[in-house]
Amino acid sequence: MLAFILRRLAQSIVVMLVVALISFMLFRYVGDPIASMLGQESRLSDIEELRQRLGLNDPFYIQFARFIANAVQGEFGISYRLQQPVSELIMTRLPATIELAFTSALIALVFGITLGVFTALKPKSFATAAIMTLSLVGVSLPTFLIGIGLIYIFAVELQWLPSFGRGEVVDLGWWRTGLLTESGRRSLILPAITLSLFQLTLIMRLVRAEMLEVLRADYIRFAKARGLSQRAINFGHALKNTLVPVITITGLQLGSVIAFAIVTETVFQWPGVGSLFINSVQVVDVPVMAAYLMFIAFVFVVINLIVDILYYAVDPRLRVHSIGAGK
Amino acid sequence: MSAQDNLTAPTAAPVAPKPPSRLYRIWDSDVFYSFRRSPVTIVAAIVTVTMLLAALFAPWIAPYNPFNPASLNLMDGFTPPMTESMMGNFFVLGSDHQGRDVLSTILYGSRVSIFVGLSATLFAMTLGVSLGLAAGYLGGTTDSVIMRIADIQLSFPAILIALLIFGVARGIIPPSRQESMAIYVLIVAIGLSNWAQFARTVRGATMVERQKDYVSAARIMGVHPLAILIRHVLPNVTGPVLVIGTIGLALAIIEEATLSFLGVGVPPTQPSLGTLIRIGQQFLFSGEWWILLFPAITLVMLALAVNLLGDWLRDALNPRLR
Amino acid sequence: MTEPVLSVRNLTVEFPTRRGTLTAIDNISFDIAPGEVLGVVGESGAGKSMTSAAVIGLIEPPGRIAGGEIKLNGKRIDNLSEKETRKIRGKKIGVIFQDPLTSLNPLYRVSQQLIETIRTHLPLSEADARKRAISLLDEVGIPAAARRIDDYPHQFSGGMRQRVVIALALCAEPDLVIADEPTTALDVSVQAQIIEVMKKLCAERGAAIMLITHDMGVIAETADRVAVMYAGRIAEIGPVRDVIKDAKHPYTSGLMGSIPSLTSDLERLVQIPGSMPRLSAIPKGCAFNPRCPQVFDRCRVERPDPLDVGDRKVACWLYDDRKEQAA
Repeated sequence: MLAFILRRLAQSIVVMLVVALISFMLFRYVGDPIASMLGQESRLSDIEELRQRLGLNDPFYIQFARFIANAVQGEFGISYRLQQPVSELIMTRLPATIELAFTSALIALVFGITLGVFTALKPKSFATAAIMTLSLVGVSLPTFLIGIGLIYIFAVELQWLPSFGRGEVVDLGWWRTGLLTESGRRSLILPAITLSLFQLTLIMRLVRAEMLEVLRADYIRFAKARGLSQRAINFGHALKNTLVPVITITGLQLGSVIAFAIVTETVFQWPGVGSLFINSVQVVDVPVMAAYLMFIAFVFVVINLIVDILYYAVDPRLRVHSIGAGK
Repeated sequence: MSAQDNLTAPTAAPVAPKPPSRLYRIWDSDVFYSFRRSPVTIVAAIVTVTMLLAALFAPWIAPYNPFNPASLNLMDGFTPPMTESMMGNFFVLGSDHQGRDVLSTILYGSRVSIFVGLSATLFAMTLGVSLGLAAGYLGGTTDSVIMRIADIQLSFPAILIALLIFGVARGIIPPSRQESMAIYVLIVAIGLSNWAQFARTVRGATMVERQKDYVSAARIMGVHPLAILIRHVLPNVTGPVLVIGTIGLALAIIEEATLSFLGVGVPPTQPSLGTLIRIGQQFLFSGEWWILLFPAITLVMLALAVNLLGDWLRDALNPRLR
Repeated sequence: MTEPVLSVRNLTVEFPTRRGTLTAIDNISFDIAPGEVLGVVGESGAGKSMTSAAVIGLIEPPGRIAGGEIKLNGKRIDNLSEKETRKIRGKKIGVIFQDPLTSLNPLYRVSQQLIETIRTHLPLSEADARKRAISLLDEVGIPAAARRIDDYPHQFSGGMRQRVVIALALCAEPDLVIADEPTTALDVSVQAQIIEVMKKLCAERGAAIMLITHDMGVIAETADRVAVMYAGRIAEIGPVRDVIKDAKHPYTSGLMGSIPSLTSDLERLVQIPGSMPRLSAIPKGCAFNPRCPQVFDRCRVERPDPLDVGDRKVACWLYDDRKEQAA
């Protein structure tokens, strides 16, 4: 078990290093850091001095090492656009994104699995046909259109829910949460639904496909032949086997919710890291782009690790070595 | 054809006196049979083809040329659908804030959307299939390097990858040329963010095929690896590649729309459906709904029709899922 | 004569396809007496497994029983509701499938699968069911059953897994065990052991066996009677010894001729020319007529029904006294 986790950890570090290299190259070679810091009219001697001071004349690997050392400490330089430390920018906006992402991940997971199981168990029912068609419509609807549609219906026409922003937030010192106030929770509903829909459809289709596959398996046939109840077969044997492979992909999907938040945050003017990123891309604010890339990669690596461990815990076949009985 | 034959084998037709024509065989094949049997798919195909043609011939069928400043008149602005403007111009789907005919902008806009979507998908397909073939056939380090990259990339949303590529390109390309290059940057960005699906599928099929006896035989006889890949392996992956390609096209169109909506896509002088929606959104709350609604409907119809085709294709080529 | 455990009369199973209805099983009849071992032999696609699926009510849609009846201990079971059928599966009829690697749910401990099955059919407490499960595993020859019962399927070898499958089939003391190619997926070295264990345990319990296989050798050693199936019909059915020594149906002779024998002085094995027709292309008249060495005109026109020849039934015009007139 420990060896397995250590191996996974090592792999994660390699991935992080690769992403760091990309971030660094981005940071170093896209746009001119000096020009963006000093402006156009600066003397050659100033430029040279700043180059020296920033270490831009050092060999590549030293610069890269310095970049990583800084990154580990959460130091990504100053935003060209906002003239603030990037880490500070990200940290103040992170809670908004995390609350949004977690809420929509939860929605996607609960409804995705339920609907997936239902449509797999009742493949011929009218409801299944309706759900499957709707899901295809859902996949064809771009996230931003769903957002605009929801805003139009629930904010403009019905005026039930706010159309933008986070509402009132409570500052817990290290975390500014919108979950503790009525207006904060109301503000969360539309963006969370918008963000969850795409993942929901994916998870649903995945669970359905996987479950249909499992229902055809020999051991399900054998379970039927032993006269087990429909319930025990569907919700015991079949569901358990369905969820094992689903865990991996679902876990990764949930990770991508954070990155997908870019679009949702833009539509709802949600003050998260996604909208920070999109604004940075528009003006090529490289330090923010590089830091965001590192941040997303970190999220993915952590989720990946959790998924692996979970997988290990759920599937006894992976544990064979620790028990040692072998084939 | 071999995949086709495998599919028809279990329910092969009774022995015919003489072999039917190729056209009849296609008509009679299981794939086409399922097409004829699915009215939704037929509608989707008609919609797709109509939209492709409309986009292709936009300059000839559009009632106005929305990008000719000479023919625009701000007095035409905000004309509701099916009404005549103050200037006496008639707009079927209304006009936008600059007095441009919405129907015409949609026709021109879907032209851009479809062009970018198709080019990006073809790019992703070419790249993905070649890398997948290489990985599956060569194995070893080539395989692990390519597939590692694909794995990492697949775990990130395509839109993020495309945004990054786009941002990098903005930093590298001199500002004077950004406008004219934007559409190609977009194609490359979307293409590069979608190749991994193709590579993964093709690699799997290639590895299965490589182990078969006839490939070993061909290899021993000294047939060039490229010839083996093209003649024996490629035909076996056309089915799945077609399915991924179709669904990928829908994804690419949506991705382009999203990027343009975010304001990092095509330049405003060459608006795509996404740009039109971005523009229309500004007027939604003031009551000029048609500026947003019609481009949005067009986009969804296009994506849905292509998705339906892809869905049907997947089921038809994989009868086990029926 | 005692009442048969299983009595199948004029059973027909059809598969509607878009190119017409395929008849997978065409009007077959046979009985199995209590404690008797009936071997069912034939090439793949002859309808052996379909027959067993029909008996346990597990024909995959769109296939359906189109005619005839199946009686278990004198009661019809082919027209029962799904719920009533479940009470028979596992309880009255135990089933052993071909591949022990895929018959067991990989995510459930062997103990869970046994106890679940036992408690579905017998009113036992968890602890009693567990005791019964251990003694069953013991009986099927799993060493240290009390310790190994909590292992997962992948921790057992193929042969051991098939023993577990046998234990599962015998959970509720069924009157009939249907074994569908129980040894095909196993190493040759363990095949004999598995057959031995199965036969011994069924004999102790007085359970009848329907043993489906394409291995004539297994039938010769195990079965009391044998049914030879060809293209969805029974070509010949009778006591094993008689059938092997003196096959009446030309197809059976061909089948016997293709078994290697130590005592036989034939130089080479006899082959039946051609192959069994697909269900979609079954010839008119006797299905075997295009391959039959003794074919005559009537065979090409009229389909033979099973005729009594001694204590056998043979579906061949050679044994019809009126053959000359009819032709």
